[in-house]
Amino acid sequence: MTPLWLIPLIPAAAATVNGLVGIRWFPRGLSALVATLAIGAAFVLSAGVFAGLLQAPPGERMIETLLGDWIPQIPLATANGIGMFKVTWLLRADALAAVMLLVVTGIGLLIHVYAVAYMRDEPSGAYARFFCYLNLFCAFMLLLVLAGNFVVLFVGWEGVGLCSYLLIGFWYRKTSAANAGRKAFIVNRIGDLGFLLAIFLVFYTFGTVDFREVASAVAARPVEAAGLGVLSAICLLLTLGAVGKSAQIPLFVWLPDAMEGPTPVSALIHAATMVTAGVYLIARTAALFMHAPLVMQAIAVVGAATALLAAAVGLVQHDIKRVLAYSTISPIGYMCLAAGVGAFGAAIFHLATHAFFKALLFLGSGSVIHALGGEQDMRRMGGLRTRMPLTFATMAIAGLALAGIPPLSGFFSKDEIQVRVFEAHPWLFAVALLTTLVTAFYIARLMALTFMGSYRGGPWSPVASAAAASTAAAHGVRHPADAPAHGQAQRADHEVTHGPALRGPTSMARSAGGAGDAAHGALRGAPHDAPWTMTLPLIVLAVGALAAGWAGVPATMGGSDALGRFLTPVFAGLASNAAAAHAGRGTALGVMIASVLAAVAGGLAARYLYVTRPEVRPVLALRWRGLHALLYAGFRVDALYDATIVRGTLAAARGLRAIDLRVLDGAVDGVGVIARTGAWLSHMLDKYLVDGVVNAVARGAGRGSFLVRRLQTGLVQNYALMMVLGLFAFLTLYLLGG
Amino acid sequence: MTLFTHHLLTVILLAPLAGAILVLLVPRRREAAIRWIATLSGAAGFAVSLPLWFRYEPQGEAWQFVERAEWIPSIGAAWFLGVDGLSAMLVLLTTLMGAIAILASWGTIGERVKEYYVLLLVLQTAMIGAFVSLDALLFFVFWEVMLVPMYFLIAIWGGGRRLYSAIKFFLYTLAGSVVMLLGILALYFAAHAETGIYSFDITRFQALDLPADLQVWIFVALFCGFAVKVPMFPLHTWLPDAHTDAPTAGSVILAAVMLKMGTYGFLRFSLPMLPDASRYFVPYMAALAIVGIIYGALVALAQSDWKRLIAYSSVSHMGMAMLGMFALTPVGITGSIVHQLNHGISTGALFLLVGIVYERRHTRDISAYGGLSAVMPVFAAVFLLMTLSSIGLPALNGFIGELLVLQGVFVVSPTWAACAATGVVLGAAYMLWLYQRTMFGALDNPANRSLRDLSVREAATLVPLVALAVWIGLYPAPLLRKLDSSVGRIVLRVNSVYGPAIAKAAAECNAAAAPVQVASAPPGMLVIPPCTTDALPAGEPAEGPR
Amino acid sequence: MTPITPYHYLVLSAALFTTGLVGVLVRRNIIVVLMSIELMLNAVNINLAAFAWERQHAVGQVFAIFVVAVAAAEAAVGLGIILAFFRNKETLNLDDLDIMRW
Repeated sequence: MTPLWLIPLIPAAAATVNGLVGIRWFPRGLSALVATLAIGAAFVLSAGVFAGLLQAPPGERMIETLLGDWIPQIPLATANGIGMFKVTWLLRADALAAVMLLVVTGIGLLIHVYAVAYMRDEPSGAYARFFCYLNLFCAFMLLLVLAGNFVVLFVGWEGVGLCSYLLIGFWYRKTSAANAGRKAFIVNRIGDLGFLLAIFLVFYTFGTVDFREVASAVAARPVEAAGLGVLSAICLLLTLGAVGKSAQIPLFVWLPDAMEGPTPVSALIHAATMVTAGVYLIARTAALFMHAPLVMQAIAVVGAATALLAAAVGLVQHDIKRVLAYSTISPIGYMCLAAGVGAFGAAIFHLATHAFFKALLFLGSGSVIHALGGEQDMRRMGGLRTRMPLTFATMAIAGLALAGIPPLSGFFSKDEIQVRVFEAHPWLFAVALLTTLVTAFYIARLMALTFMGSYRGGPWSPVASAAAASTAAAHGVRHPADAPAHGQAQRADHEVTHGPALRGPTSMARSAGGAGDAAHGALRGAPHDAPWTMTLPLIVLAVGALAAGWAGVPATMGGSDALGRFLTPVFAGLASNAAAAHAGRGTALGVMIASVLAAVAGGLAARYLYVTRPEVRPVLALRWRGLHALLYAGFRVDALYDATIVRGTLAAARGLRAIDLRVLDGAVDGVGVIARTGAWLSHMLDKYLVDGVVNAVARGAGRGSFLVRRLQTGLVQNYALMMVLGLFAFLTLYLLGG
Repeated sequence: MTLFTHHLLTVILLAPLAGAILVLLVPRRREAAIRWIATLSGAAGFAVSLPLWFRYEPQGEAWQFVERAEWIPSIGAAWFLGVDGLSAMLVLLTTLMGAIAILASWGTIGERVKEYYVLLLVLQTAMIGAFVSLDALLFFVFWEVMLVPMYFLIAIWGGGRRLYSAIKFFLYTLAGSVVMLLGILALYFAAHAETGIYSFDITRFQALDLPADLQVWIFVALFCGFAVKVPMFPLHTWLPDAHTDAPTAGSVILAAVMLKMGTYGFLRFSLPMLPDASRYFVPYMAALAIVGIIYGALVALAQSDWKRLIAYSSVSHMGMAMLGMFALTPVGITGSIVHQLNHGISTGALFLLVGIVYERRHTRDISAYGGLSAVMPVFAAVFLLMTLSSIGLPALNGFIGELLVLQGVFVVSPTWAACAATGVVLGAAYMLWLYQRTMFGALDNPANRSLRDLSVREAATLVPLVALAVWIGLYPAPLLRKLDSSVGRIVLRVNSVYGPAIAKAAAECNAAAAPVQVASAPPGMLVIPPCTTDALPAGEPAEGPR
Repeated sequence: MTPITPYHYLVLSAALFTTGLVGVLVRRNIIVVLMSIELMLNAVNINLAAFAWERQHAVGQVFAIFVVAVAAAEAAVGLGIILAFFRNKETLNLDDLDIMRW
């Protein structure tokens, strides 16, 4: 009996406390403590849930909590007559949710700890605000994971989108950050549109939005192998949602920009948890997807294409966080590919391992950026291996895991996917293999540029680094190095602040940066490893990146596949899940060897170009400069969208505003003008014709009366005389008449 | 006590009027006293309307708190008041928003204070009257009376081209309502032809079975009155002007309550009285509504005036409400009503928020702002919440309405739902852009550096709305249950497909819920517990492995 | 001595009334006109009293008292008008009071 509802509620309550009280009154330590304790409590509870499910027999691996009605039943037509539209606050933890719970709360906890030190230079209000958002994110993410029906999942889904918006735009004074947040939200909303329509269609088709009821109803339907039926339509719409949230083609454009947010945010939201929600959604509705094989193929193709293209773009980026952003899109493409071939368990496995090593890469890069005082351009890094040995070691582990080198976690999860892909679509396997090669290359390049060779940035003197910074600023806003500066300060001020001679005249510059100046004091001398609160999460994550793979070593490699067996009840009865067993040992071995060879080849190529013979690079870059520019701009998809959709919408908006003012409102005003013209005409008609006749009559009467009016002298006595005379006349008449 | 048990609606209706008379008695130079009296009578007006929430029985009679007295017996017009779930909720919205509008005017109105409050309170009575009238003529009288105070509010205390806007508002609505009066008269005579009784009784009208061609004509006539008020595309152009130039309280009342008159009219008159015509017009109404949703959103995207942007967002939102209504499904109509209430809450709050900065800076130009988050953090937080509520973020109120509307429409036509849902995306675009342009970015306008954050009074106007937004978002079930039977009755008239389902639901409900005598109720009054679909009593989460 | 009969009163009354009437018609001073009106009223009063005495009926006397009361009121209002008139025109000549023409 685990109180399931407490898991999202505790972080939500902490967020409320920090938001209502903390921003104004809490000292930093207290807001960080509240937030971290809350996520810690959620982690403990999640572990309890996980343990409980682990002990339960496979058939009973589920906990449900019904919190009450949300929308009580209202009659509504469905495909099978009138049904009842009803939504409850239903939470349900099964094996799939439990794995996700552990990932979200575990990595969330580590990142909270990391952020305590990372964000410490923020003013205390902003500090509490940061933790409020971060906790709120965790609450919504946990709600998403625990949702028992489509609508509750949608709440979490939109909620994490909101928190992502708030956290990307955390340094809201920077226009680029605010823009990036808004872009993320709106692009996500396009995907959510699909999700929302999918919910409607689910209700219309099945008369319920509960996952379990839908799954059991789907089981009774035939697989839509030949054409697109209603199930395929639902799946397509869900896929649109997943594509938006998980930054797949064609809606991946928001994720690279999302790196405007603080690095812990990038690690938690844009690497480990939120962006994988799309994959989670597909796995959660696997029953539906298994009945729509054509949509599955589409997902596989989209996933493979995204994996390869994003990795390719990652090859040439200079901003360390942008490399990692594309390197997040790529593995999620991998997960989609896995889901697309029906390997949901493998997809979740990769999701979990990826969460470890990608969060680690982000946090490591955060440490580097922190140490270099906000520098994100890898061209101004290098040689940090000796200065930051711990960061180097942990990031190296994560990089190897990402590349898929045995026996690290990434190897096992990736290998499982590749085996399944090989069986389903050999040509997609080729794409996957190529992706492995490219992935190994770019991550090796990242490590080489950051940690190998010699330091290429400015010297550790305040003046020089300020100069370097202003040069960077002069490169223009589109320059990657310039984009995500730390804090809201102007970059020049910022760098000055981080110089070793912090005290003295430079403090003037600091105060010039404004009250909300978020300066990092890390670079008080040569770069070095971060304090223990930041390195501890790195170490824990490194252990995870090393060992997490052992949870799911496939049976073909002699492992126990504990994770796969744990997840079995969730995906039980789904047609292609059984296929895994058919994989021959030989096939598996071949795929494994090919994959490892590709990874090693990629790594060696990067070593050649970036360590052994760096002078070859300019030659290559010049020869392929068209391709290089195309890749550097992310295939110019952003520009394309900007030129078509964004500009189109804005032009339509302006056009319609003009129409509204001129045509519609013009018509109203026109009616007014016509009415007034008519009124004027009537006025003239009235004045000269109608009133003319009346006046003529009046004038005639006036002339006639002119004669009579002389009688009216105005003298009282004349009137009295008249009266007396009249009286006499009447009396006379009366008396004489008798 | 009989006043409150038997004449509750009259008390609710006349409370603001009594306040207006009290204000009239105070000498005009004692402005503080006038403000206090007006504010207190606004609060009292809300307080006396609260029993509507607690004593309205969803499973009880169709019309509750009924009062009837002769008014013009010779033509069959009566002082006939009563509410169902729909109008009870709208009355509550009206009294709440009225109290808030009065409170919000405290600092903004500096001249002709006495006249201002008198007009505001009279307006309040007129609006309540339109919602509680069960006599068509009485309804029409209140409907028209409403225009006069609003005209003066805009024309005297407004800004910008206030005279133009006021006259446009007045004439536009008046033109519509004249045609509407024809429709009401046609109903009156048609009802006489059918029943032999001259009466303006709305409940009788709702039981008529008129010939289809007559229904079409009456529908068109009523449409003229209601659609202008909603406002539906393309009859909306009075709205941006009136909203923009009205004083803050006027904008709040206009957006939060007065627009609901139109949708209320459709729900009270067109749908139940003219079911055949309503069905006939569904495609046209849906088309207008969808065009309104997308058009309003796009035009809002191009605005540079803060208030105008929100005004156009109203066009979009009300299109959503109309679309849900003309899905003619229980879910759609429930959604429509909820969306109307939500629009009242969130757009009302947004206008209040604009009013707060306008009062400090005296400009509505969006480009004059930017970076306000830094100086007005509480304001920014409330504004964010209301923005999110307006764009329908789940767990806030806006989502419930949109979900129900779109779900209700989807089963009728997925295409309509899809088109309307694009409006939701555009809604996020224009609202977030507005938020970014005003709240985010650098604080580079020196005039904005010293802006004060919310005062206690301003916060007090916003707190109830924030609380409602969160409450309706998280747990709308009590509200939805109150609307259940009223929506059911409308649907039974207009869309008989749902007859069996509604009857079955009601039967199950009534079988399960036996009437009980509640100690606090007046003697003889049986209370039927509201039907519940909760598996367990609220607050006791059911859990355990299955 | 001949006894006083109603006839005598009627003659007196007629004489007074005629005096008053002529005064109203011919005098130019507005105050004198007002006084003449009083004369006419009192002539009527004499008539009323005389007939009441002759008929042994009180109604006539009651009427006479009413007339006195009305006359007092009339005098007050009349003098008020005269004062206002004098303030405006600085004259009491009735010939100057001709603004009621047309």
